[in-house]
Amino acid sequence: MITTSGLTKVYRSRGREVTALDGVDLHVREGEVYGVIGRSGAGKSSLIRCVNLLERPTAGTVTVAGQDLTALAGHGPRAGRELRRARSRIGMVFQHFNLLSTRTVQDNVELPLEILGTSGGERSRKALELLDLVGLSDKAKAYPAQLSGGQKQRVGIARALAGDPKVLLCDEATSALDPETTRSILQLLRDLNRQLGLTVLLITHEMDVVKSICDSAALMENGRIVESGTVSELLATPGSELAAALFPVGGDVSGDDRTVIDVTFHGDAAARPVISQLSRTYNIDISILGAAMDTVGGRQVGRMRIELPGGYEENVVPVGFLREQGLQIDVVERADHESVLVKDGAK
Amino acid sequence: MTWSEMRPLLEQACGDTLYMVGWSTLIAVVGGLPLGILLVLTDRGGLLQNVLANKVVGQVVNVARSMPFIILMVALMGFTRAVIGTTIGREAAIVPLAIGAIPFFARLVETAVREVDHGLVEAVQAMGGNTWTVVRRVLVPESLPSLISSATTTVVALIGYSAMAGTVGAGGLGDIAIRYGYQRFETGLMWITVAILAVVISVIQFAGDLAARRLHRRGGGSGAGPALRLPKARPEETAATEEPAAANVGKVV
Repeated sequence: MITTSGLTKVYRSRGREVTALDGVDLHVREGEVYGVIGRSGAGKSSLIRCVNLLERPTAGTVTVAGQDLTALAGHGPRAGRELRRARSRIGMVFQHFNLLSTRTVQDNVELPLEILGTSGGERSRKALELLDLVGLSDKAKAYPAQLSGGQKQRVGIARALAGDPKVLLCDEATSALDPETTRSILQLLRDLNRQLGLTVLLITHEMDVVKSICDSAALMENGRIVESGTVSELLATPGSELAAALFPVGGDVSGDDRTVIDVTFHGDAAARPVISQLSRTYNIDISILGAAMDTVGGRQVGRMRIELPGGYEENVVPVGFLREQGLQIDVVERADHESVLVKDGAK
Repeated sequence: MTWSEMRPLLEQACGDTLYMVGWSTLIAVVGGLPLGILLVLTDRGGLLQNVLANKVVGQVVNVARSMPFIILMVALMGFTRAVIGTTIGREAAIVPLAIGAIPFFARLVETAVREVDHGLVEAVQAMGGNTWTVVRRVLVPESLPSLISSATTTVVALIGYSAMAGTVGAGGLGDIAIRYGYQRFETGLMWITVAILAVVISVIQFAGDLAARRLHRRGGGSGAGPALRLPKARPEETAATEEPAAANVGKVV
């Protein structure tokens, strides 16, 4: 649904060049929620702004719903009619809502329809319908300043949906909200994704956002996508930083006579009670040091850090048993330094 | 000078001032608003970025603003004659007044429009809006309270300028104060004129502030309006807790 290839953005200011995007290849499938995560300055914002060409990429192409937007853009700095029409079919939600303070909630939602040239009656019908969809039908006549942050973002979402987009871009849509409101907004985005078949591309610096609604995720660092894939693909990738951050496990190795291993569950094996099987088969005591598990579609996905008595040499057979079950096993070295991202995610 | 002698003079002068200031304000707004918006749009990073045009327009505005009004009036005489047909009288005074006020108002508009959150512009662009949509739906409505305050400031400045319009025989309150009060030692008339000017300016300022505040509040802008004066909380109140003080402020607002 959204494909970028070789997307590069270089900012030039006063002779200095800053590369915000460095050959980004992104592929978002139709109907999925795709999260791009990274620190501030990693280039996430530039990426999402390049998707609807609010920022002109220096090189590379952007294709949304089969339409090559970079070809529509032309060379001038201003957006031509074709590009503007394409943009009206891409919804965008902002971190700071960007609602017009002088317009009521309903008028804010009607704004994209005014731009599309929809007639007055049709506009208000559509706006009220969308407000109902986001659960704000009673606030149609209120001004944005009278709303809470979460309500403002709901208006922002309703406004983004006014042009019947197939694609919704969320630029840190929940970063200005408290955790509880964040959950309700994410739930709303999830519902819209399912009900309307909306493809959602969101950028965030919060691991929880990716964890709670994303089907796929990508990690950005220094303008590049370092890792990407569906959540279970990421889990299956040995040493995936993103998987480690999505499913953080804690607990350090306590002594030489202990073996600590990380067990990653993805796929069919996750349905079977392997840990208790292991315990019974080899008659060993297993301590669980940490675990981050989720049930997705009836299957358990996640990671668990367990401790087995005895050194690694003594545990070759049990580890082999776990591998035979189709689980991914990583032996944790002593004084293992976890990456900073993992610690961020664990918070 | 008796009141019966002063009255027709003052009535005529009030009418002249209102006439000159009214028309020149209208022209200043019509001319200065687009000019100010253009200054923002053509600036670096603006929607119609054109650094050369921006520099040229900016420089013209600076030169026009730096010129003392009386010099501007003399310098524009040829132009005034071409437009009005004469360089004398209140119609002729409107020309330099308006031309002097356009760059003044344009700068104020520029400042007001620059205050509009760029995120709003981006939002409208993301919806597929063009530059004109951004100007009409975002820049002007969102900066309207500030624009009204700017217009008020312009009117008050124009009343000041109009005192000098007497030099081309345009009349007006300032002219009366100079000719009768200063040159003929009619101190009484001078003070009355000054008092009238003070009242007129206060009324205009009040009306402007009120309108700006109304709009701002309708928009429900967060915090206080642009010209909102909050009564200072008394020290003992603030010392107690912050909550009641905040509640009081809320009521006053």
